[in-house]
Amino acid sequence: MEILVCVKRVPDTAENEIEVNRDGSDIERDDLVYSVNEWDNYAVEEAIRIRDKVGGSVTVATVGDEDTEEVLRREMAMGADNGILLSDAAFAGADGRGIAAILKTAVEKGKYDLVLTGALADDGAGQVGGMLAALLDWPYASVVNSIEILDDSKIKVGREIEGGNHEINEIELPCVLSIQTGINEPRYVGIRGIRKVASVEIPVYGAADLGLSAEAVGARVSRADYFVPVLGAGAEILEGSMEEKIDKLIELLKAKGGLK
Amino acid sequence: MAGQVFAYIVHKNGVADDTAMELLAAAAKIDAGVPVTAVVTGAGAELDGVCNSLTASYPEVWKIDNPALAYPNAEIIRKALVNILPADAIVLLPYDTFGLDLGPGLSIKLDSAYVADAVDFEGVDGSRLKVVRQEYSGMVSTHVLCDLSKGAVLTCRPGSFQPVDNTTAAGKVVDKSPDAGDLTVKRRYIQVVEAEKGDVDITKSDVLVSVGRGIEDQENIELAEDLAQSMGAVVSCSRPIVDAKWLEKARQVGTSGQTVKPKVYLALGISGSFQHLGGIKGAPFIVAVNKNPKAPIFQVADVGIVEDILEFIPELAEKVKESK
Repeated sequence: MEILVCVKRVPDTAENEIEVNRDGSDIERDDLVYSVNEWDNYAVEEAIRIRDKVGGSVTVATVGDEDTEEVLRREMAMGADNGILLSDAAFAGADGRGIAAILKTAVEKGKYDLVLTGALADDGAGQVGGMLAALLDWPYASVVNSIEILDDSKIKVGREIEGGNHEINEIELPCVLSIQTGINEPRYVGIRGIRKVASVEIPVYGAADLGLSAEAVGARVSRADYFVPVLGAGAEILEGSMEEKIDKLIELLKAKGGLK
Repeated sequence: MAGQVFAYIVHKNGVADDTAMELLAAAAKIDAGVPVTAVVTGAGAELDGVCNSLTASYPEVWKIDNPALAYPNAEIIRKALVNILPADAIVLLPYDTFGLDLGPGLSIKLDSAYVADAVDFEGVDGSRLKVVRQEYSGMVSTHVLCDLSKGAVLTCRPGSFQPVDNTTAAGKVVDKSPDAGDLTVKRRYIQVVEAEKGDVDITKSDVLVSVGRGIEDQENIELAEDLAQSMGAVVSCSRPIVDAKWLEKARQVGTSGQTVKPKVYLALGISGSFQHLGGIKGAPFIVAVNKNPKAPIFQVADVGIVEDILEFIPELAEKVKESK
């Protein structure tokens, strides 16, 4: 089975405090630590497991500048066979539809049976997989938490729905799936694994290589600014030493019925 | 103002979802004067019941009745909607696992703009709608400008729009079933598998000691269990703990887990994503302990403590035991 996984390089929220910059035009990017979008690691792990079971190959693709190449290498260190970097000045500012249009051309350059994305990324939109599927006219399922290969032409997928329940579907190949966290346990990638793939050549395709016009990636949705919302009173923050905070909390818990 | 506004109504067991009234409120924030049309898909008497109930609030209810739509398969619904909606339609959907399934592809097939997970609308300037949304799990917000001139699909975060209490619409049901067209798709719904029941029912506990990513390691779960035991409480958790398989799925609080109604909720090392908060009902007394003072959980908690939970939990447990 030939599998393409679309990945994204994002600020690592476990390593950074995300703050708005001074003029609200962006988040504060100085000293940000970047990593692969968490959901994408699950998608790559799932692709590798499928390949190891039924054969084929795993290709990872991303849209971005030269800095984003590092996430392809990381996923190749996990076990992906190939990487593709989709990079062009014309791609800057693309909205979800634009990213999906770029990825579509990359899908059409290969011969894939299955395309995976993460269910969500840093912006929380969860949009690129569904758009890509619709552009390709392939079937789609989102928030997928189980995949079973039935034969060369169809698979069985579980989707996460509300209340911890799962919705089981049968889908014809080729198809696009967006992968939810928890579907597997992504393998650890050590520095040695990354070194192994450090010199592997990763092809870079620009707008001209992909046959993309500026219009095809033109944005209809754009970010005007970032801000920190003014909310209600918020929590009463307990101050003092650890001991003082705990004494105060125990008092409050007793009053609210939190201690039995 | 651009095209006609439609709200897609999710329903289950013959009852419209809470988001039905929230989408009406969201539509009013785009344009207070515009009549909003409800679109409901399904089959048979159940669908009719939902449509009739909606006429109290929506001036017009479009129904698509087809046995193929008995279960809400987003791929089939998308085909039906593309066939009945005008090209410049503004379509509102809930941002949930159904909206995630339907929305992006629908926007492509309608050739419209798409904005996911709107938490507010701040009016239309020319043809551009100003949408408020959040990024980085709610750590920052953004204004997004969405071009409505060729239509738009907008998903709205459940619970973010105060539902409109209008029961005077005296609307009518319009049967659009004949226009739905060919509904064959390449994804077949088989069944829903219910969540597994755990050994503890967290929905029955008045006091929950809930742990998130801040617990850092599987071995540290013990700390929370010890604290919970001293308090007479039960341990619950947020999604990453279940993803890591440190606690069973039945312990997870959130829209993709359990909905709980405790009296006291102790959120330890939980950042407070809206999906997690969506599982906490009944306005409990929320205590948040987190080492990041900017964690969104502090916006909704009653009491906040900025500390590393790995140091805080054992000390609290100790003191609770002493206080008895």
